[in-house]
Amino acid sequence: MTHENWNGFKAGVWQNEINVRDFIQANYTEYTGDDSFLAGATERTKALMKKVQALFALERQFGGVLDIDTATVSSLTTFSPGYIDKDNEIIVGMQTNRPLKRGVSPFGGIRMARQACEAYGYKLSETIEDEFRFRTTHNEGVFRAYTDEMRLARRCHVITGLPDAYGRGRIIGDYRRVALYGVDKLIEEKQKDKAAMAEKPFVTENIKLSSELFKQINFLGKLKEMATMYGFDISGPARDTREAIQWTYFAYLAAIKEQNGAAMSLGRVATFFDIYIERDIKNGTLTEEGAQELFDDFVIKLRIARHLRTPEYNELFGGDPMWITEAVGGMGEDGRTLVSKSSFRVLNTLYTLGSSPEPNLTVLWSKQLPDGFKKFCAKVSKDTDSIQYENDDIMRPIYGDDYAIACCVSAMKLGKQMQFFGARCNLAKLLNIALNGGYDAMSGIHIGPQMEPVADEKLNFDSVMERYDIYIQWLSQLYVKTMNVIHYMHDEYCYEKVQMALHDTDVERLMAFGIAGLSVVADSLSAIKYGCVKPVRNEEGFIVDYDTTGDFPKFGNDDDRVDSLAQDMTHRFIEALRKTETYRGAVHTLSVLTITSNVMYGKNTGATPDGRKSGEPFAPGANPMHNREENGALASLNSVAKISYDDCRDGVSNTFSITPEALGKTDEERIDNLVTILDGYFAKKAHHINVNVLNRETLMDAYENPDKYPNLTIRVSGYAVNFNKLSREHQREVISRTFHTVL
Amino acid sequence: MIKGNIHSLQSLGTVDGPGIRFVVFMQGCNLRCGCCHNPDTWEISGGTEYTPEQILEKVLRCKDYFGKTGGITISGGEPLLQSEFCYELFSLCHNEGINTCLDTSGSILNEGAKKLLTVTDRVLLDIKYTNDADYLEHVGCDMQKPLEFLTYLQTQKIPTTLRQVIIPTLTDSEENIKLLKDIAEAHPVVDKIELLPFRKICQTKYDNMNIPFRFGNIPEPTQETMKNINKLL
Repeated sequence: MTHENWNGFKAGVWQNEINVRDFIQANYTEYTGDDSFLAGATERTKALMKKVQALFALERQFGGVLDIDTATVSSLTTFSPGYIDKDNEIIVGMQTNRPLKRGVSPFGGIRMARQACEAYGYKLSETIEDEFRFRTTHNEGVFRAYTDEMRLARRCHVITGLPDAYGRGRIIGDYRRVALYGVDKLIEEKQKDKAAMAEKPFVTENIKLSSELFKQINFLGKLKEMATMYGFDISGPARDTREAIQWTYFAYLAAIKEQNGAAMSLGRVATFFDIYIERDIKNGTLTEEGAQELFDDFVIKLRIARHLRTPEYNELFGGDPMWITEAVGGMGEDGRTLVSKSSFRVLNTLYTLGSSPEPNLTVLWSKQLPDGFKKFCAKVSKDTDSIQYENDDIMRPIYGDDYAIACCVSAMKLGKQMQFFGARCNLAKLLNIALNGGYDAMSGIHIGPQMEPVADEKLNFDSVMERYDIYIQWLSQLYVKTMNVIHYMHDEYCYEKVQMALHDTDVERLMAFGIAGLSVVADSLSAIKYGCVKPVRNEEGFIVDYDTTGDFPKFGNDDDRVDSLAQDMTHRFIEALRKTETYRGAVHTLSVLTITSNVMYGKNTGATPDGRKSGEPFAPGANPMHNREENGALASLNSVAKISYDDCRDGVSNTFSITPEALGKTDEERIDNLVTILDGYFAKKAHHINVNVLNRETLMDAYENPDKYPNLTIRVSGYAVNFNKLSREHQREVISRTFHTVL
Repeated sequence: MIKGNIHSLQSLGTVDGPGIRFVVFMQGCNLRCGCCHNPDTWEISGGTEYTPEQILEKVLRCKDYFGKTGGITISGGEPLLQSEFCYELFSLCHNEGINTCLDTSGSILNEGAKKLLTVTDRVLLDIKYTNDADYLEHVGCDMQKPLEFLTYLQTQKIPTTLRQVIIPTLTDSEENIKLLKDIAEAHPVVDKIELLPFRKICQTKYDNMNIPFRFGNIPEPTQETMKNINKLL
């Protein structure tokens, strides 16, 4: 097949099948230079951004939510077109008819939609309430099928944050397909796939898929209709850069109109766009300034994307995040870097538009990345605290060179893999439950295998491990079964029609489990093994506290005695999970990532043997517990790097905060040192790092004087937030974290 | 087997020598500088004992981070009080291709110190003051010692960074910087001068140890002062 809008592109198999990777490989231009070619913001961009900043300020004044349309169910064509400043926008499209106005998405759960409206002083319209009286939502479906034990596990917070009342997210449509092929071609391919279903046995899975294909095709039609409302015909391939970005954005926009998912990631678009930019620049129809302006306008649209969420949701995922994650850089399988000039341009938006948590810019780091790009990334980190890094050298062998990151750390092949998101379970609480023989002293709930509480005066490591393992096995099977219920119902009642239409029909599914409290558990087991831990019991004989004495190695000091306990825990847990069958044959994966829920997990967990007090926050993700690192930053990084990516294919998150002074004396030194640290960390096969270069004093000042810091962005756990949008509790926890300083 | 008495280890050092450095702070010092920010390293006893091999094992874990310029730095305290241990450690590091850097006051130049310098790639030499009177009053040794040390570094051709803490009223004068530059120019092995701002965050250390911080009443230099004074270099 050929098309006039493809003129100037190198031919390849991409013309005969849906294959964006092949198109990129055949056509992109690698860039190995530095950032000196970049252009600044145009006057138009500055004026538009000023309007957006004013809207952000207004949103803050309104308590975080500017406006809600309580009478319209958000979908592709339910809102009339919206603009910030119609005549001055070059990329258009909005979730509702006005910027920052939020729509309601009741398909995940009508209660969630209702409560979210009420939390901000609104009331969900009677019409919607009426309509959904006769519809089943995902949330209702799940609770019909949940067992008593699943409900109990949820209630005592040993498994929490599950997407059973909200959209699961974590699915990345290959939005680029719309730009490269146009919607008609995509519909045609899906129709072929559907027709081919006739040859297959019509058993549950195939009937299900056939019905899903119907929904996908139906929504590709609506996608075209949505674009028409904005005056664009996207049935064919994009003709130039502006159209390529616009088409891709329409596809993404359709996804966030349809789905209020926990993480709605973008994928890997920069180098794809770069091919169009190079062609237009060669044709003389685009300048560097124009290319940056297109990126800027696109990123402005991403920065005003919003979802309506409840206060409980914000407790888990603070700061109003969307996780519009864009993977930048990385290497190709043929050894060329996938860094293009547009990899720089997308990072440059943090200068042209100012620093910002969204989109969630994620650099795929490789030892082989060009020096100029490495240095630019380090500079951006130092200046904006807005980007995160993930190890391309360990992901590429598994996912190839056209993968992207969903949410924070979840890698998947674009358009070929999707994920069933599963939040996380609380391993620290599970240890307490095990020691109490199936009793959670925090909630007073009996759960899991019932046995006598540990009676020893001093805890014995071997018998604790034997007992803990019984509970790990129990929780793992319950966790998998719970996830199966959730995702069965999500597919049934809240299926991602647009996003799945932008995947291959024969998609590979991953089921992503998670753990919280890894460093608490490692230190607790270390205290039991190397120190002396005496349980403190209440009148009923249940353990409510521990008397911990003696010195013991702590996670975060590059000490194998305790680090191996953490390694063992992730290995043990994924092995246990694998014993239970998953819905639709999904592959079990595991993450060590908490988002900001480490605060909530801590609040719901009693005192632990490591000396952590009842209610005290956990460290985020795979981080060592705050201020237990005694040998400096590299020792801490080394401990985290030991967590095996093979066990934790859904990612191992580490948040690293260092003061500018501790990173070096001059800006140049700081950039060089950060590059060297990243090279070193990833050479150790570590998976992820958030980098903050700032002083605790800045955060303390921002805590007291928020108005002085309207745009203060910090990386928290796999994403970035505007510091002011965190709750007071989350802010305090961030301030209390370890900052690596000069001695 | 020789053991070192060590105050603490810092796996990520970026301010004590070039690049990323693993910094070993030795326990014990022969001087009592008024501006000292590590009074907890003064006493000869009280640290933790390690063999050179034990430290090397930790350093090797950080080797991936050293890049082209980083390595190990021994600081203190005064490393020259334990020169034999430092020599063993640096020799082991050299076997592994790790760059070595010694942070010292240069107040001891015995056979042990000379032997240590044979395996030292760079010296960070703290020139506390540029006159004898201040040396005697605020350090407790005469100025000849670091100068002799520097002369020896010159004969051995060991690249050297001169360091001085900028203490308002004591070392922040134009005159002082000029004298410091004169010293540097007289010794071509000196390829860098670093001026470090006097800091008082160590006050709590003094308070906890219940010893007076003699410079507690001197203000820290402002950023502006540091900027201006650096222009003189």
